[in-house]
Amino acid sequence: MSENATHITEYKTLGIVLVTLLFFTLITIVVTSFDLAVWNVVLALVIAGTKGFLVVTYFMHIKYESLLLKILVGMVFFLFALILVITFIDYAYR
Amino acid sequence: MINATTTMESVSYLDHKGKYKGIFAWIFATDHKRIALLYLYAISTFFVIGAILGLLMRLELISPGQTIMTAQTYNGIFTVHGIMMIFMVVIPGLSAIFGNFFLPILIGAKDVAFPRLNLFSWYIFITGSILAVLSQFLRSGPPDTGWTFYAPYSTATGTNVIFATTAAFVLGFSSILTGLNFIVTIHRMRAPKMKFFSMPLFPWSIYATAWIQVLATPIIAITLLMLIAERLFKIGFFDPAYGGDPILFQHMFWIYSHPAVYIMILPAMGVITEIIPTFCQRKVYGYKAIAMSSLAIAGVGYLVWGHHMFTSGMSETARWVFSLLTFIVAIPSAVKVFNWLATMYKGSIDLKPPLLYALSFIFLFSIGGLTGLVLGSLATNIQVHDTSFVVAHFHYIVFGGMGFGFFAALHYWFPKIYGRMYNFRRANIAWGILFVGFNLLYFPLFIIGMQGMPRRYYDYLPQFQTGHVISTIGGIILIIGLFLMIRNLVLGARKGAKAPANPWNGSTLEWQIVSPPPQENFDEDPLIKNNPYDYE
Ligand SMILES: [Cu+2]
Repeated sequence: MSENATHITEYKTLGIVLVTLLFFTLITIVVTSFDLAVWNVVLALVIAGTKGFLVVTYFMHIKYESLLLKILVGMVFFLFALILVITFIDYAYR
Repeated sequence: MINATTTMESVSYLDHKGKYKGIFAWIFATDHKRIALLYLYAISTFFVIGAILGLLMRLELISPGQTIMTAQTYNGIFTVHGIMMIFMVVIPGLSAIFGNFFLPILIGAKDVAFPRLNLFSWYIFITGSILAVLSQFLRSGPPDTGWTFYAPYSTATGTNVIFATTAAFVLGFSSILTGLNFIVTIHRMRAPKMKFFSMPLFPWSIYATAWIQVLATPIIAITLLMLIAERLFKIGFFDPAYGGDPILFQHMFWIYSHPAVYIMILPAMGVITEIIPTFCQRKVYGYKAIAMSSLAIAGVGYLVWGHHMFTSGMSETARWVFSLLTFIVAIPSAVKVFNWLATMYKGSIDLKPPLLYALSFIFLFSIGGLTGLVLGSLATNIQVHDTSFVVAHFHYIVFGGMGFGFFAALHYWFPKIYGRMYNFRRANIAWGILFVGFNLLYFPLFIIGMQGMPRRYYDYLPQFQTGHVISTIGGIILIIGLFLMIRNLVLGARKGAKAPANPWNGSTLEWQIVSPPPQENFDEDPLIKNNPYDYE
């Protein structure tokens, strides 16, 4: 929490996150072979969002930060998601 | 009664002797107050140039057909006027100048969190500004796209679009870093007893603005990069000829540029919220409501960008969603206006120049805001879209709002910045001329806009000439008022009477230290009150 405290994550945790990220990358490639109309984009964004969440949580240490910081970061991603959703209201109904 | 907590012996930031001498003491300064003045001089210069370009446009429009310039020059001039005024004046304006100078003082801090990054932001700003100026003089001629750079025209025109967009890209970095600096400053640098809800309301508005700067600016940066890539490599993001979607450009552009309007106007609202309680000697009505409405404007302001695109071929569903959201964002703005009026109610109103500017802000901003609803409503939008009605609405918000807010801040904090006072009578006269000129310049544009005068047109039908002539006369009066105001302030800064520490009997922290402030603002820990505005 304070700027002096450091947190060391185990190699095992980092390894599991890395493998999960690679697995999701594989899924991203696989789903492009199916034609799901608008849902292709939705799926791609959900997978990318999950990967981003893992990176921010473990690699960028948000998991070990104060609640305030978690809320601020969470709000930023919520806002970004909202902007994407609203943009796609245009494309989905055009 | 307020006691100055700083002893009179301390050296002011203007006289402070540091490592460097002469001009280097300024351009290498990391003190937030000196950096604020660097911004003030740079931005004022760009503002004067932008205003002269605006006057040239008005002179061209005094009669139909060619008057003083060719059509291509006219296109170049309205683009340059837009780029300079938006990216180099109104977006950085209040937060880089008055945010830099007064945010640390108002929260009881000695400086911003990252003083060197602060100076670096200024250098980035100057670099971007030089690029923008260069784009006017290079071989292919000034960009003629308007400040919005709409694709596919911007991907095809032969003018210096790449230079101008690179300039906006670089200027964006300065904005992001300044915003980041202020967020960290507010979270980390507040005086020990200064809680979030005992901060004055100007820091609150700077806080909301800083979040927009950090979160929205990267989107315009990536958009402009995509535009540059499209021009260089014909990728097909936006140009339908290569499979792109021009509406995508408009989405991405306005996702930034609508919140950018709040980067301009929120700090101005913060300034007004400081001035009104001081000159009415009243506690701010609804402190928390004003603080929260700043955050609400920042939050909802992100989600309304589509109101710029109602006629561009967006889907029906998206149109009513954006229209609805646009109406919602009017609520927090109205909360502020009502709270300002309620603060003045039964106050002992002292009509000094800063309050005159603040009151004209409320008046002009209300006209701008209410005509914004005409544009936000789907049916009326079709009628006035791309007419001079939009130009009038925009200038009532940005010039009548941010511009008059800027002048208000300048007149309010002037004695603190320079330790001298300007002449009140001349300030009042300049204000009167400015105010009359402003309304004469922009109000006729509402009327001829509703009658069908398109915006950005070089030529027009004879029936619109009366409106254009009145508008141009207003423009000339406005420039005279501007000249008188600047002259009065320059005279005041050089030979005005010495200003006391607290000339307006204000209650916030900046008035408790000497004018001009000492190098590190506070020689001893400032006295923090629970409510920054306790007058009763
Ligand atoms: Cu807008």
